[in-house]
Amino acid sequence: MITIIDYNAGNIKSVQRACAEVGVPATVTSDPAAVAKAEKIIFPGVGATPSAMAYLGKTGLDDALKNVFKAGIPILGICLGAQIILESSEEGNRKCLGLVAGKTVRFKLEDKLLKIPHMGWNEVTIVQPHPLLDGIKSGDEFYFVHSYYPQPADKKDVYAVSSHGGDFCAALGSRNLFATQFHPEKSGRLGLQMLERFTRWDGALTA
Amino acid sequence: MGRRLDSLIGRGYKISAMLSKRLVVCLDVRGGKLAKSIKFVDTKDIGDPIAKAREYYEGGVDELVFYDITASRENRDIMINFVEEVARQIFIPFSVGGGIRSVEDATRLRNAGAEKVNVNTAAVKRKELITEIADAIGSQSAILSMDIRKVTPTKEMPSGYEIVVNGGVTPTGIDALWWAKTGEELGAGEMVINSIDADGTRDGYEINLTRMIADSVGIPVIASGGAGKPGHLYDVLTEGHADAALVASIVHYGEYTCRDLKEYLQGRGIKIRMNY
Repeated sequence: MITIIDYNAGNIKSVQRACAEVGVPATVTSDPAAVAKAEKIIFPGVGATPSAMAYLGKTGLDDALKNVFKAGIPILGICLGAQIILESSEEGNRKCLGLVAGKTVRFKLEDKLLKIPHMGWNEVTIVQPHPLLDGIKSGDEFYFVHSYYPQPADKKDVYAVSSHGGDFCAALGSRNLFATQFHPEKSGRLGLQMLERFTRWDGALTA
Repeated sequence: MGRRLDSLIGRGYKISAMLSKRLVVCLDVRGGKLAKSIKFVDTKDIGDPIAKAREYYEGGVDELVFYDITASRENRDIMINFVEEVARQIFIPFSVGGGIRSVEDATRLRNAGAEKVNVNTAAVKRKELITEIADAIGSQSAILSMDIRKVTPTKEMPSGYEIVVNGGVTPTGIDALWWAKTGEELGAGEMVINSIDADGTRDGYEINLTRMIADSVGIPVIASGGAGKPGHLYDVLTEGHADAALVASIVHYGEYTCRDLKEYLQGRGIKIRMNY
C-alpha cells in the first residue's frame, strides 16, 4: 500500500490513478498519524512553496515526514515535493523541510525565447544510477511543469539532469528518499514504469 | 547565442532550448461520442472518444485536447465524469474545452484530472475570466483557444484576422492579433490558434496567421486546423513558429498514426519525443 500525502497542493488524484494503473492501491491522507504508519510514501504537489510549507507546518505533516525519512521508509517526491525537501526555497524565501542539503532556485534565463514556466516534454540525462531510474535511457523524455528547480548542495545527491537554458537537476535522492522534478504520473509509459519500480523499492540504493 | 542562431536559421530550430515540439490530437466530443467537423458545420460521429484517446496515448501522442463541441452552443455543462474516465486511462497531459464559463467550471475540470482548460467564447464575452482561471489553477493551465477567420483588413481589424465565437459561427469584429496579445497579458499560459478557413480542408495550416501570433506573444502556441499530410506539420512547426501541431481527422480516419507523423518530423530534424 502506498500513502499519498495530500497537503492541499493540487493534482493528487492523477498520482493516485497512476498508482492504480501500475496495480498498487494508494490511499490519500493529510493525517500525520497515517503518515507515521505508512509503508511507502509519495509526496507530490503542484503549487507554491509558501502556502505548501504553511499547510505542512499547521497539520504537523512536516515533522511526520522528517520522522519517516529518518525511519527509512521509501519516499518519492514529485515536482513541488522534490523542491520542499531541500533546506530552503527562493520561492517566497522560505525555509523548507531540510531532508536534503541544498535549496530550490528559480530559472534565470538569458535567452528571451525560452519560457518560464518550463512546460512540456524534455530529455532527462542520468548522471548516476539509481534503482528507480533502471531502464531509463539518457535522452528519454519526461513531462515538466515548473518555474523553480531543486539544487542539492552535494553533487552526489543529483541523479538526473535536464536542460532549459542550462542544466538543472531533474532527479535527486538521499538514502530512502528519491524525488523527480518531472511528473512520472504524466509522462506516459516511462513514467508509469518508474512508479512501478517505486512500488517495489525497499529504499536501498542497490537493486 | 541562442538568439543569434535563431535569427540565422529560424525560430523553428531553437538550439539552446531542449523542449520538444509536441504532437497534439484533438477529439471533438458530442454527447460522449467522437465527432469530426468540416468547417465547423457538418459533424458526424466517428467513435468512442475514450477508446480513441487510449489508442493515441499508446501510440505516442504528446498531449490530447477534448472539445465539447456542443457545450458552448447549447449552454450545456461540461461532463466531469467524462474527464475523470479519460484521466483513469491516459497518463499524459490533456486539456478540455467547450462551455467553460466560470472559474468554478475550470477548477472542477482541473480537479477531475485535466491538466489544462481551454476558454474561448466565454473569455471573449468576459475577458477577466482568463485572469480568474490563471489565478485559481495557475497560468500554465489556462489556455486561450481562438477560432479565427481571415478578413479584409480594416481600421478595427488591422491584422486581417477576426475572432469568431460560439463554435465558429458568430463573428465578433475583434482583431485576432489584438486578442492574442490581450489574452497573454490577462494570464493565459498557452494559446490554440484555430483557423476556421483551414479547418477540415486538409490543405495545410494557416502559416501566416500562426507565425504572426507566435511571434507576437511569449507563450507557447498550438497550431490547429488544416493538417492533411505530415509535411503540413513540419511547415507549421518551422515556418509557422508553432510549439505544437494539433491534428484530428488525419489520425481519426487511420490515414496516419501518431508514430507515422512523429517519425516523419524526426526525420526532418524536429526534436520530438520518440520513446513512449
